[in-house]
Order: sequence, then C-alpha cells, then structure tokens
Amino acid sequence: MNEKPEKLIDKKGIRSDGREADELRPIKLQVGVLSNADGSAYIEHGKNKILAAAFGPREMHPKHLAMPDRMVLRCRYHMAPFSVQERKSPAPSRREVELSKVIKEALEPALFLELYPRTGVDVFVEVLQADGGTRCASITAASLAIADSGVPMRDLVVGCAAGKVDDTVVLDLYDVEDKLGAADVPVAYMPNLNAITLLQMDGILATEEFEKAVNMAMDGCKKIYEMQKEALKTKYMVVKEAGEE
Amino acid sequence: MSSLVTKVRLKQIEQLLEKGKRLDERGLRDYREIKIEQGLIERAEGSARCLLGKTEVLTGVKVETGEPFPDTPNEGVLTVNAELVPLASPNFEPGPPDENSIELARVVDRGIRESKAIDSGKLCIEPGKKVFVVFVDVYVLNHDGNLIDCSALASMAALLNTKMPNYEIKEGELKIKQGYVSLPVKSHPITVTIGKINNTLIVDPWLEEEQVMDSRISMALNDEGNICAVQKGGSGYFTPQQILEASKIAQEKAVEIRKKLDW
Repeated sequence: MNEKPEKLIDKKGIRSDGREADELRPIKLQVGVLSNADGSAYIEHGKNKILAAAFGPREMHPKHLAMPDRMVLRCRYHMAPFSVQERKSPAPSRREVELSKVIKEALEPALFLELYPRTGVDVFVEVLQADGGTRCASITAASLAIADSGVPMRDLVVGCAAGKVDDTVVLDLYDVEDKLGAADVPVAYMPNLNAITLLQMDGILATEEFEKAVNMAMDGCKKIYEMQKEALKTKYMVVKEAGEE
Repeated sequence: MSSLVTKVRLKQIEQLLEKGKRLDERGLRDYREIKIEQGLIERAEGSARCLLGKTEVLTGVKVETGEPFPDTPNEGVLTVNAELVPLASPNFEPGPPDENSIELARVVDRGIRESKAIDSGKLCIEPGKKVFVVFVDVYVLNHDGNLIDCSALASMAALLNTKMPNYEIKEGELKIKQGYVSLPVKSHPITVTIGKINNTLIVDPWLEEEQVMDSRISMALNDEGNICAVQKGGSGYFTPQQILEASKIAQEKAVEIRKKLDW
C-alpha cells in the first residue's frame, strides 16, 4: 500500500505527490455519460473516479414524502466495495448517510425548489474509486448532473477542500494527506453568488488558519468552476456539430 | 409540520429579529440557561444530563474492553451513538437511526475526537490486542432545538464523570484492582451552534427558530480556543463574511460557557 512518507512537505514546499501548496490535482469532467439518467456527469479528481446521475423532477415515491409547496431533493452518496483499499461493505455506512445529507444540503441552495411542488429530484452519486476529497468531487459532479438534466439552477455548486499538512495550509488534500494531515476543511461554494453551501472541518486549526483554509478552498472552487462550465458547453458543442452535418 | 404555520411563524420571527429581538425574549447572542447534572445513572460508568432551556439530553458512558482499530493499535476506541427517542418529540419515530441522529452522533463524536478530549493512549492495555472501548450514548429526552450543543455538553459532562475500574497491566494481563480511576480527559471541547434566519445570525436556535431557519453552523472549540470541528447544516448557505462572523461569535460564546461551567 502507500508507504507513509516521513514528511508530507519537503524543504522546497513540494508535497509528497509533487504538488505545490496551492495546486489542485488534475481534474477531468464529462457531462451526459449515462443514457438512462435525465442528467449525468463523471469526474476524475486526482485518483477519485465518481459518477453522478440526476432523475426528475418526477413524482415522489413514497408519495407521503412529497411537499405541497416545493420539490424535494434526495441524494444518495455511495461507495463501491472496490473503491478503497480494504473492501467496503456495500451497505450504507454511517459516514455515507451523513455525507448524503450534507451533499443534499450543499446542492439545495442552488435549486428553485418552489418551482416544482409535489415532485422529487433524485441524485445518485457512486464513488468508483476514492482518493481523499470524495465529498467535494461528488458535489462538483452532482451539480453538473442536475444542470445536465435541465432543472433550472441559481448557480453551479463546486466542491473543493483545503487543510493543514505539517504546519502548512494546503489545497485539495489527497488520501495520504487527509489521513496523516492535521486538519481537513471541505467546502462547497457557488462562485457567482458568493455562497458557501457546505462547510465541515476536522482536526485542530487556529482561527487565522481556518480562515486561510476556507479562502484557499474557495479559490480552488473558482478554478474548478471554469472547468465545470467548459464541460457543460463541450457536451452541447458536440450535439450542435452533429446537427449541422 | 404544516408549511403554512411555518410561514406565518417565519414572518413573526423575522419582524422581531429586525428589532434585535427573539420570540423567547432572548438577545441574538444569548444562550438559554444551561443546567448540568452528573452521575444520575449508577449502572453506567459515567452519565450526565444537560438542560438547555427545555431541550434535555441524557448521555451515558459505558467502558468495556475490546480490540483496537488496526491503524491505531496503541489507542483506545471511542464510539458515539445518538438516539432520538420517540418520547422526545412528536416528529421522532421508533426505528433504526435516521440521517438526523447519525449526523448528531457524528458531530458530537468529531468534537470529542478531534479535540483529543480523551487521552486514548492511556486506554491501551495490550498494543494491537486489547484496549478500553468508550461507548458514549446520547439519549435525547426532550427536543426544543439545538440538540447538537446540548448533546455535546451532556457527553463531555458524562465523560468527566466517568469512573473506570482501577487496573494494572502485568505481562499483558489485565488485573482489576480496588477502587476506581477517572477517565483520562485532556481537553474540554465546547460546541457552539449558530443559526441563520434571513441573514441574521442567532446563537442557540430553539425549536421554533430551527423550523424556519435557512441554515446552521456548529463549531467545536478546544481549551485553547482553536477550532477542532465544524459542521454546516440546513438547506441554506452562508457568505464567507458570515462564516468569519460565526467563528468569532462561537469563540466568544465558548469562553463564556467554559467559564460558567469551570471546564
């Protein structure tokens, strides 16, 4: 398995996977990857590989969960048994239940829930491979999937984490840094509205460090936001070209 | 819950907030009265009941021996579970834990774990084989809002109240001696929850406010005033400025509570 590096950041400030402190991992985004879903997206964020699909607005099942004045967003975050080093049981863990909830709450502010009363939108996120920062990558992919389904949105939601590794505040922690680092601060952000929709933290940070980490994560989000928009456009560019011939 | 009633209530609460007032006549930055009682359950190794206004949480701690996690062979194990028992609210139903109780348990867990409140190194009996396992069971008895802060206080108070058998380790064997020792506690995290209603931040939202608020943020602070766990909840958002403001309020409030409780 991954050997524990002695120091996570070397003298020159380079991290154990070769990145600078404020450097993102390579990200690949693809929209409209599943034919049965109303909207779908695939993200590769470093070694994270995640699929997201959105269904709806559609009738709620079970019916009593429908709300008379608004739409209900449901979200399921799930990890494949083979996505991590030790096989994970496919039954939802407590961690997955919590993440499903916070991901749902991160996406809700982007939607006009009151436009579709009595209906439901379901978002399913499947983590195929995990390498730290899956909740953030899931949010990035899930908001693309909703956008792809055509449900109107206030803004795209982007997820990105920052944290503290060996005394330095760094952007976008990967698995090893997440496990051995001092703190992890996942953030979801709507850049156009300047709104933070998810914020969690574990580890120990002084207030200034916390502030720095949140700002760094928001800057990371802004970079990923550009890639998100590009990915959405790319899908429709391809469609247009096909139509032209 | 009827959404019409909520909307009428929201209007009322908003109008009051504009004048800096709240339905229960508290200031925007005031906590409800905090009352803590320790050691009510004799069968448990530690217990405490916390009253936050009318919100009531009982936490029981059981200490048993078990196996450590493979990645931390020299440390004891902490598990936190929360039960939203049906007698606490008309909206709680019997059955397996739902996302709310799981979130509650995990937020309380994170506050205790990340602040290193328990000196888990001292709970090791035989590295890799036998350690003490600390079960923290949060029992919500009455729900009147802000279960997170109330549960965190009750759990910390219960841990401070926990006595475990006095033991000795001879050649890897656990020998129970006469008397009891206190659970080794290193830090006293205090969790402060701040709600947001229409861009106004309020401390310690109670039930009526919880039902109409956009979102909440909970921050756990350790003895040094550093942040050790954060959780945003609810389907609204915070601006970056509001997050900073909330972290300042949380720190002030934690100092205040810490002083009051003498932790």
